Amino acid sequence: MAKKENNNRRDFLVISTYAFGAVGAGSFVWPLIDQMNPAADTLALASTEVDLEPLEEGQAITVKWRGKPVFIRHRTKEEIMSAKKENLDNLKDPQKDEDRVLNEKYIVLVGVCTHLGCVPLGQKTGDVKGEYGGWFCPCHGSHYDHSGRIRKGPAPVNLEVPNYKFLSDKLIRIG
Amino acid sequence: MSKNKSKNSVVEWIDYRLPIFTFLNHELNEYPTPKNLNYFWNFGSLAGITLVVMIITGIVLSMNYTAHVDYAFDSVERIMRDVNHGWLLRYIHMNGASFFFIVVYIHIFRGLYYGSYKAPREILWILGVLILLLMMATAFMGYVLPWGQMSFWGATVITNLFSAVPLVGESIVTWLWGGFSVDNPTLNRFFSLHYLLPFLIVGLVILHLVALHRFGSNNPIGIDAKGKQDTIPFHPYYTIKDLFGLSVFATIFAAAVFFFPNFMGHPDNYIPANAMQTPAHIVPEWYFLPFYAILRAIPDKLGGVLFMFGAIAVLFILPWLDKSPIRSSQFRPIYKLFFWILVFDCILLGYLGAKPAEGIYVLLSRVATGYYFFHFIILLPLLPNIEKTRPLPISISKPILSSSSFSTAAAVREKK
Repeated sequence: MAKKENNNRRDFLVISTYAFGAVGAGSFVWPLIDQMNPAADTLALASTEVDLEPLEEGQAITVKWRGKPVFIRHRTKEEIMSAKKENLDNLKDPQKDEDRVLNEKYIVLVGVCTHLGCVPLGQKTGDVKGEYGGWFCPCHGSHYDHSGRIRKGPAPVNLEVPNYKFLSDKLIRIG
Repeated sequence: MSKNKSKNSVVEWIDYRLPIFTFLNHELNEYPTPKNLNYFWNFGSLAGITLVVMIITGIVLSMNYTAHVDYAFDSVERIMRDVNHGWLLRYIHMNGASFFFIVVYIHIFRGLYYGSYKAPREILWILGVLILLLMMATAFMGYVLPWGQMSFWGATVITNLFSAVPLVGESIVTWLWGGFSVDNPTLNRFFSLHYLLPFLIVGLVILHLVALHRFGSNNPIGIDAKGKQDTIPFHPYYTIKDLFGLSVFATIFAAAVFFFPNFMGHPDNYIPANAMQTPAHIVPEWYFLPFYAILRAIPDKLGGVLFMFGAIAVLFILPWLDKSPIRSSQFRPIYKLFFWILVFDCILLGYLGAKPAEGIYVLLSRVATGYYFFHFIILLPLLPNIEKTRPLPISISKPILSSSSFSTAAAVREKK
């Protein structure tokens, strides 16, 4: 009986030693791993302001935000109509156009294909815009519509709408 | 037996305290090696030498390289134009990567053909697959360093593969990047790791050699050496054979470096990286093309990533998938046929990886991917049930000597 208690005591000491060792090693390893996450100055560069005044109907501009392109397109009436009236059953990642814009004239999207991160074409005049008139990713052939929704190709979800707000009628801040 | 016979007293003094000379004598000089090895057995030593060449040229290149997004591209161009012999060093390093993969792929297919992964060499094989994985990681990160368009977009596409992981995918990608896109922190860490990993490869190569020397090399017949009559000492027989192979290899390598240095590269990588514009056709380096084809053959994002990594993972369990006790294809007529189909399949996948993912290419990619996994997962475990293998020779010496006209003379010699 006494011997058995002694064994339990020994087991407890061994297990708690391993446990403390593991916690100690873990708390040393965490800084080594976490230093690879975005640094404070990288996080500080996280917002961009864009003046929409010079952007005429039908035009598009690309701005850089967090090292990534952001697409802003001043949509024409027809483009807005086609984006709004689209039946949600036809969509791979169903989302209403209203839920993807703050002001339906301007669509703001992160210009990074949700498949493997290429920049889709469609911002410049003369670019291939894909079968749905929005954007087309040349890397693996994803087609996006006027609302940046995935319609055809390997991309799993719609183009991301970044966090942004209107500071005035014609000025937005992204991030 | 393995005692060093040196008469030099200094050597003896050292060897008594640190038996390094005994060790070298044992492993590189008298090391008994099957006497029937063919030229496919040259590729192990060629791979080792290429690794050394890559490390040496890499170290001196890093003395002239700047790992910063604003300077990386220009510093590589400066190496090409202004640094003394910089063009030569970079072309050796750049083509060396391709030649390293050529040599290693031949080495792997040699192992597949002659069953070198079978008992008792399973760990030897697994160490080799680990080396292949580290080589791929190293090559990928090295390709990012010149910070051209293909560097940048290759890095973007490959790191984005991890975004397919459910739930934590995005966090992993942000962690790999150190930001919200491939940028300066990414370049810095890739440079650090590109410098580190080759030394880990050296460590694995040493383990690979320890495991190899435990039972010695396999051979074209795939049966164990049964005694002294089946082996010859490594030196001078295989040192000279390896040296001859090396000189042929070095000639071809030099031809590429001096006459076609950009043949295996992509011209878009001479355009500085631009985060706002993706090149029209992104293709990885040729040695990744078969895996890229598998990635694109699967219509689902996560599925594509899993199959791509699975194509390597399946190699780890190959020693247990192949249930046949016979090593060499020479005695396995059906396996031999399917081996060549696999070779063709891998080349086809490589071809398809370079083509756009549309039309007939997608269908062919799926068929080729299907065959790759069929070969390893279904064919190899089941084949021994139906395959009638040819009779194995009694020993390594027999088939060689009995078929030659010197058989009687050799038999007499063998008796002595």
